[in-house]
Amino acid sequence: MKIRDNKAWFFVLPALIVMAVNAFIPFITVINFSIIDVFMNLPAVSVGMENFYTVINDDLFRGAFVRQVGFSLLILLIQVPLGIAIALALPKKSIWATLSLIGLGLPLLIPFNIVGIIWRVFTRADLGAVPALFSVFGYQYDVAQNAVDAYWTVVVMDVWHWTPLIVLLAYAGLSAIPDAYYQAAEIDGASRWRTFLFVTLPRLRSVLTIGILLRFMDSFRIYTEVFLLTGGGPGSTTTFLSDVLVRKAVISFDIGYSAALSLIYFFVILVVSYVFFLVLTSVGTNDDEAVPE
Amino acid sequence: MENLDRRKLIVRGLLILYFIFLFAPIIWMLSMSFKTNSEILSSKLLIPQNFTTANYAEIIEDPQWRESFAVTLTYVITNMIVTLAVALPAAYAFSRYSFRGDNHLFFWMLTNRMAPAAVFLLPYFELYSAIGLFDTPWAVSLAHTLFSIPLAVWILEGFMSGIPKAIDETAYIDGYSFPGFFAKIFLPLIGPGIGVAAFFSFLFSWVELLMARTLTGTVSKPIAVQLSRSLGAEGWDWGVIAASGVLMIIPGAILIYFVRNYLAKGFALGRV
Amino acid sequence: MATIELVNIAHAYVPGQYAVQDINLKWEEGVSSALLGPSGCGKTTLLKIISGLLKPTEGDVLLDGQRVNELSPKERNIAQVFQFPVVYETLNVFNNLAFPLRNRGIPEDKVKSRVNAIAEILELTHVLKKNAARLGAAEKQLISLGRGVVREDMAGILLDEPLTVIDPYQKLHIRRKLKQLQRELELTMIYVTHDQHEALTFAEQVTVMNTGEALQTGSPADLHTHPQAPFVGYFIGSPGMNIFDASLSGHTVTAGELSIDLPASTKADYSGAKMEIGIRPEFIVVHRDEQADAFICDVKNAYLTGNARILDLVGAGLQFKARVGDMSPIRQGERVWVRFPAANTVIYANERAIPTADKEAIA
Repeated sequence: MKIRDNKAWFFVLPALIVMAVNAFIPFITVINFSIIDVFMNLPAVSVGMENFYTVINDDLFRGAFVRQVGFSLLILLIQVPLGIAIALALPKKSIWATLSLIGLGLPLLIPFNIVGIIWRVFTRADLGAVPALFSVFGYQYDVAQNAVDAYWTVVVMDVWHWTPLIVLLAYAGLSAIPDAYYQAAEIDGASRWRTFLFVTLPRLRSVLTIGILLRFMDSFRIYTEVFLLTGGGPGSTTTFLSDVLVRKAVISFDIGYSAALSLIYFFVILVVSYVFFLVLTSVGTNDDEAVPE
Repeated sequence: MENLDRRKLIVRGLLILYFIFLFAPIIWMLSMSFKTNSEILSSKLLIPQNFTTANYAEIIEDPQWRESFAVTLTYVITNMIVTLAVALPAAYAFSRYSFRGDNHLFFWMLTNRMAPAAVFLLPYFELYSAIGLFDTPWAVSLAHTLFSIPLAVWILEGFMSGIPKAIDETAYIDGYSFPGFFAKIFLPLIGPGIGVAAFFSFLFSWVELLMARTLTGTVSKPIAVQLSRSLGAEGWDWGVIAASGVLMIIPGAILIYFVRNYLAKGFALGRV
Repeated sequence: MATIELVNIAHAYVPGQYAVQDINLKWEEGVSSALLGPSGCGKTTLLKIISGLLKPTEGDVLLDGQRVNELSPKERNIAQVFQFPVVYETLNVFNNLAFPLRNRGIPEDKVKSRVNAIAEILELTHVLKKNAARLGAAEKQLISLGRGVVREDMAGILLDEPLTVIDPYQKLHIRRKLKQLQRELELTMIYVTHDQHEALTFAEQVTVMNTGEALQTGSPADLHTHPQAPFVGYFIGSPGMNIFDASLSGHTVTAGELSIDLPASTKADYSGAKMEIGIRPEFIVVHRDEQADAFICDVKNAYLTGNARILDLVGAGLQFKARVGDMSPIRQGERVWVRFPAANTVIYANERAIPTADKEAIA
């Protein structure tokens, strides 16, 4: 039971101050920028929601948005089951387990631009092993000019990069499940699949929630790795939302547009994350009305 | 029983395949780092024919590289320290007390983690220039705290909630002052939690690039930005790039080796 | 239900170190039994061997006379209830109880009737629709129990200290339900515990264990009045039997200043054996005034417990406890005259009780 005491705010104050400086000021700045228009050296003019309409109707934005949603969905659909499967396959508590966990941690600790560079080098026609490997099977792999190759390379790169996060989370979750649950399921005659469905998955709920939320949020904001691998191309095949934002904000200095885009961007992540969170934490916890009488 | 063994074999085989997939790009880069640029462009053999450590030498002997490394290490560690320093009391508050607005505050903290980094580029640029911290590691570390504090609070709160309140109460009865209790009794109990939170803070700072690059200029350069220096007259200096890539992986590998026990215990105990 | 039998069972987790050995036990069909012993005595090991979660390094496990060592728990049809409740968190109570039946493809109408029947005995009918994870520990444990008995072809039910996490005021309810279930469904139930009260009130047949050995099996009354090993006497009873180290000289066993002769019918040679004498506190006769064939003791302490008074006595070179009525006026610091009736005195040689016939009074 928690004690009700508003003095607890003092404990939170340091964190709040540090974060507030970093959050509120930029946030206010962004809101400001999103509703103004700056032209040449003239003073700023308030234009209400005009920037937002511009963004939503912009083909560049729409294309990137759809691409981004598809990408994040794909990422979740691949990385979560794959991560769980690998965690289930890993040995338990041996020297191999420790080595595997360390190896799995490696991709997570590589700076994002190095990740991009590693994969760029790995897949380049003149430098990398991947094109050579593909040509053994008779396929002309070209990440620079073939849209399909580029897109799937980005996907594979992200799977390579982030699946270990799910594996580590799932592995930790699995080791927290007492043996008695599996023994009871065995005694109850459950098949492997039903044991997974009714014992393993429910007990992995909290780690999976964190994993799914983190992966959604991060994949939706992906930037550096993709930029270094494909630069967004060929064409706009691998241009995701962050790319558009950076271009508009830092390169074309379109302040109104980028500010409005920032807010839309943020809002989408917020809402979807919240929905994910609600769904994941309530699945299977409600009293079942559909009991046969 | 035969089916079971065969299934185990297949699973083992697939697992090994995954680990090959995991290490392949890294090993490729490792091999490149020991080749000269001409060899890199001409052959695609895994084992370098003309093994050379010149790439590494060029990096280690260049003072700019060492400076950048120092800059990076500075802001990463500063982020870790500041994050932990403010997250610990905050997590304690969330764990032990309920106060007006606590759920809202917690949620707000988490939402910061969701913001795309690009959103902050311009505002931070202006903010830190105004304060005069632009182009220093301090700007980067402070900027990073926005994102690492929420996760640290989340993780620490999970661990702290696992410690029964009875321990707090016993300490007071035994006459400990609050700082004394916190430092001598409480913190040791959540050791693994602190380890996990520190790990994630370090991790985030170490890999984040967008903000690091935006907030630094010529004086302070994160080491990853140093890579772009390798654009020589003939194009990218691939050997050096590969070598620096390898070098960037090493601190992470060392870190994870040292905290491997903490992580396992921490993951198991905490909310993570 | 089935008859469960362990023949020459021994198990070593680490080669050379036996957790249990020389186990020969039989549980008849439909009998409620208990495995009683302190922590680490091997009772959980035995339970796992019976259920099939552990394969014994030596010996045979028989179900209705058939050797089942190689069969898994599922194949043995033995249910187990664990120390902490195990429920399927995403299912409601009904679906939890139905789980074992549905896994075997039992038709749905049969599932319904069986689940409702069990739920009624366990008084869970009113929560059938509720999500199982939301209930308290006691109800969850009842659900675990229910899953164990919901199938009609079970060989036996094993319970491993099932009341461990149950609040004290709910333990009685669970125990009553257990007994009711066992009687109504004629279950072969083996209840493992370190709490003698639980064991003695639940089981018709109790096996006392210590350090990996099964010391004695019998009815609660049997174990109480005729403990075959000093540990059994010491472990059962509140307080347990007084055990004194003794020495043998000729035909006389001496402990402190007291001696008792071996039964006349004794044929075995006990020279060199470890001798002990035991007597239960409630059988010791205590008088406030001088008696002819009694010895003097000082009352070091006298305290009330439940509905009796326990006296810590010192006399005749021995220290022991005696039990008298709570109305007894005897207090600390007094002197009393004490007698050990020979009929209630047990002689142990090498930790086995010597068979008795009639004995002379001890003085």
